Amino acid sequence: MSISVLILIVLAIAVAGYVMARRRAMALTGGDRRKLHSLIGYYGQTVFLFASVPALLFLGAWLFVQPIVIESRVSSFITPADIPEGGSLDLVMSDVRRVAGGLDAVAAQDGLSEADLEAMRADFSNVRSRLASVGVALGSDVKPNVFEAAKVYRGALKTSRLAMVIAVIAASLAGLVLSYRRVSPEFRARNVFEGFLVALLIGASLVAVLTTFGIVGSLLFESIHFFQLYPARDFFFSLTWNPQFRGGSDLGIWPLLWGTLYVSFVALIFAVPVGMMIAIYLSEYASKRLRSVAKPAIEILAGIPTIVYGLFALITVGPFLRDYFAQPMGLGSSSSSVMTAGLVMGIMLIPFVSSLSDDIINAVPQSMRDGSFGLGATQSETVRQVILPAALPGIVGAILLAASRAIGETMIVVMGAGAAARLGLNPFEAMTTITVKIVSQLTGDTEFASPETLVAFALGMMLFIFTLGLNVIALVVVRKYREQYE
Amino acid sequence: MTDATFSGAVPRQSLYAPDEGMRRRNAAEARFRLYGLIAVGIGLVALVLLLSSVLLNGASSFRQASLLLDVPLDAAVLDKAGDRDPEKMKRVTTIGYGKLLDTALKEMIASKGIVIEGLTDKDVSDMISKEAAALVRNRVLAHPDLVGQTVSFKVLANGRIDGYLKGRVSMESAARDSNVSPNQLRLADALREEGVLIKAFNWLFITAPDASELRPEAAGLGVAILGSAYMMIIVLVLSLPIGVAASVYLEEFAPKNRWTDLIEVNISNLAAVPSIVFGILGLAVFINFAGLPQSAPVVGGLVLTLMTLPTIIIATRAALKAVPPSIREAALGVGASKMQSILHHVLPLAMPGILTGAIIGLAQALGETAPLLLIGMVAFVRDYPGAPPEGFFDPASALPVQVYNWTQRADPAFVERASGAIIVLLIFLLIMNAVAIVLRRKFERRW
Repeated sequence: MSISVLILIVLAIAVAGYVMARRRAMALTGGDRRKLHSLIGYYGQTVFLFASVPALLFLGAWLFVQPIVIESRVSSFITPADIPEGGSLDLVMSDVRRVAGGLDAVAAQDGLSEADLEAMRADFSNVRSRLASVGVALGSDVKPNVFEAAKVYRGALKTSRLAMVIAVIAASLAGLVLSYRRVSPEFRARNVFEGFLVALLIGASLVAVLTTFGIVGSLLFESIHFFQLYPARDFFFSLTWNPQFRGGSDLGIWPLLWGTLYVSFVALIFAVPVGMMIAIYLSEYASKRLRSVAKPAIEILAGIPTIVYGLFALITVGPFLRDYFAQPMGLGSSSSSVMTAGLVMGIMLIPFVSSLSDDIINAVPQSMRDGSFGLGATQSETVRQVILPAALPGIVGAILLAASRAIGETMIVVMGAGAAARLGLNPFEAMTTITVKIVSQLTGDTEFASPETLVAFALGMMLFIFTLGLNVIALVVVRKYREQYE
Repeated sequence: MTDATFSGAVPRQSLYAPDEGMRRRNAAEARFRLYGLIAVGIGLVALVLLLSSVLLNGASSFRQASLLLDVPLDAAVLDKAGDRDPEKMKRVTTIGYGKLLDTALKEMIASKGIVIEGLTDKDVSDMISKEAAALVRNRVLAHPDLVGQTVSFKVLANGRIDGYLKGRVSMESAARDSNVSPNQLRLADALREEGVLIKAFNWLFITAPDASELRPEAAGLGVAILGSAYMMIIVLVLSLPIGVAASVYLEEFAPKNRWTDLIEVNISNLAAVPSIVFGILGLAVFINFAGLPQSAPVVGGLVLTLMTLPTIIIATRAALKAVPPSIREAALGVGASKMQSILHHVLPLAMPGILTGAIIGLAQALGETAPLLLIGMVAFVRDYPGAPPEGFFDPASALPVQVYNWTQRADPAFVERASGAIIVLLIFLLIMNAVAIVLRRKFERRW
């Protein structure tokens, strides 16, 4: 039975509960609704919720836990001898899953019964070719233990599915019966219903907390895993980044960190003055007409996906900088460079800086401007000597937020900055960043449990700490130094 | 109170004639204005450059070179049994169809009287895309009664020929390229004059699946659009209810204490977490821990849901705040419970604002690439995912990831394709944002 059918069954039970509860409430009062505590719909809705929500949550939890429990049971069948040289338990387990899936297909194709499958032995029947005939290609012959494990896996999956269906329907029915029996004219259905809803609302707002826990947990767990395989000292202090397929890699974070900071620095050098001048001009000088055109146009930049910026860097800015700046000046011949990624990222950050600064500048009260004008200052003097100092904490906060965006940006640097890990000063050379390496280490062909892959989690951890730190500092700066105007 | 006595020097000139200092200050003022104008100009120029670079590179991908051929579908080749049974006809591979197309093209060249010196048979057969035979085969298998007739097909031309018509390939570059010869280009010129080689709107670009590295002419966005659509469905179905519920709780019910403070700080921090970290989360939790399949829209949808939640929560809370307290008080005054006042009055009034926020959140999610790379959506997928809900678990691609994928390939024809895909993506974003703006304009109420 597929899961969507199961969900439909639960919903049908709940709808039946709704109708039944309404009828019962009606019948108990002899058709006089005034004798009920709540509006009659609340009796039905309460039963509906009790019959559906717990059962569906239970279903979700079951689906989440089921593979973990089954895998741990099945993996006890695998002896160390079954794990091929250079392989890992994960790979063997994925074979087990594929063999189990293939067995279903074989059984369906050849019309085998359960007993025939049970009698099949890896060393007698030609399992590999039979599996290949249904489209499951295996790298090597199936080992007896793996085959036995696959059979157990298949069996466990089946029983688990059946148990799940029974348990979920039972939970739904139990919810229905329990809440249905409480229906009576004195039952405070509205209060119960609203209490249930508030519980659901609280649950929904906890999703955000769970997400944070998930992020921190997964980063921490796999980073610890990484530091068990690779010394933390080398990661934090080595100046070379040189991953190798066959182990013996140098995984020092410094070249990546340098590239990240360099690209972000170029981006900020471009975006902060431009963005701030745009904000100042549009809020202090520009005519209404220019403002009504330019402001939305700049904001369009913020709505464009970063992949578009990445492509822009790759096909337009990179070749342009190479042909007109880097090569004539003899600084390099690579179209992906710190400058390319930095400039394009700067364009991306312009609307971010300008809209934040705009808010901050508009928050400075008019009386301060009037006072400055009254003393005879010109408009630019007012901006530079009155408004900017008053808005400074907010602007520092905005720059820090922009820096955090720049450090975490991925697609522009993946397509514009290059992949060579290098500590250098030449902005027309290709360098690489933390985010680029997270992508390349996690999308490569290396095995998951190797330090070369796991290093991505340690890099992700660093990235998370950096961006979070910048955001917290920005928040503190704004809170602490903000001038309070009434 | 003291009497002010003037003791300074009497100004020597009229106030109307600016002195040295005033002139400097006015010049500084003008310069400052100019800087501002330049900055605005840089912003606008950047926008124009960005959009025009994509549009100029990508617009041509919507038109594709095709050959109009009259192909005799020979029953002796395609259906040896003669009973038009598609099952048996499946035994004829694309090679058999390819030969038919070759002969058709050769006959076409002969009948038009085109003679090109040094043109080899291979040159002629390479004019046709390798994918064309498969497309013809699918069409014939779908309509077995076509066999035995002479049917005119519009078949894809080779990617290099397409590039020649679009100016990407020239005679000089062809002489150096092992995949195309100058003779083929001369043949292309001749065929174009005869009206056999045409450029027509390229529906395959929107509907076809991705194609291999060697067949850029056949690569399309079908699987990617479908995958993106599936993910958007999941994001909408999950993030809208969860986001609205969370905001209603935080805005209307939550007591002010340490716990709710924690939740609020959490949400604002989540909004600032780099998107790639969400990809790591998806890989570690949904794929490695929960065992969901790689490259599946369901994983992408879940990751994007978590990313979109803060946006929707922030927008929903703003919309709820904008509903004036008098509405709540009036509802409470006539005896509604708190929940009733919110469900029956506040939420419906806040709905336009909530939907606008949701659409903007969805638009962000649609353009997001980095987290999808980590959960395996870069894989080469040629099969359309099945119908939902089972199709949510089939491998698929996504629009922005397809763009990234194509930029990683060597053939320059894929750059054109990638830009074209971005145009498709931008059109979707434009539609979504337009809907959001219309919603806001039409239903927004000022209190």
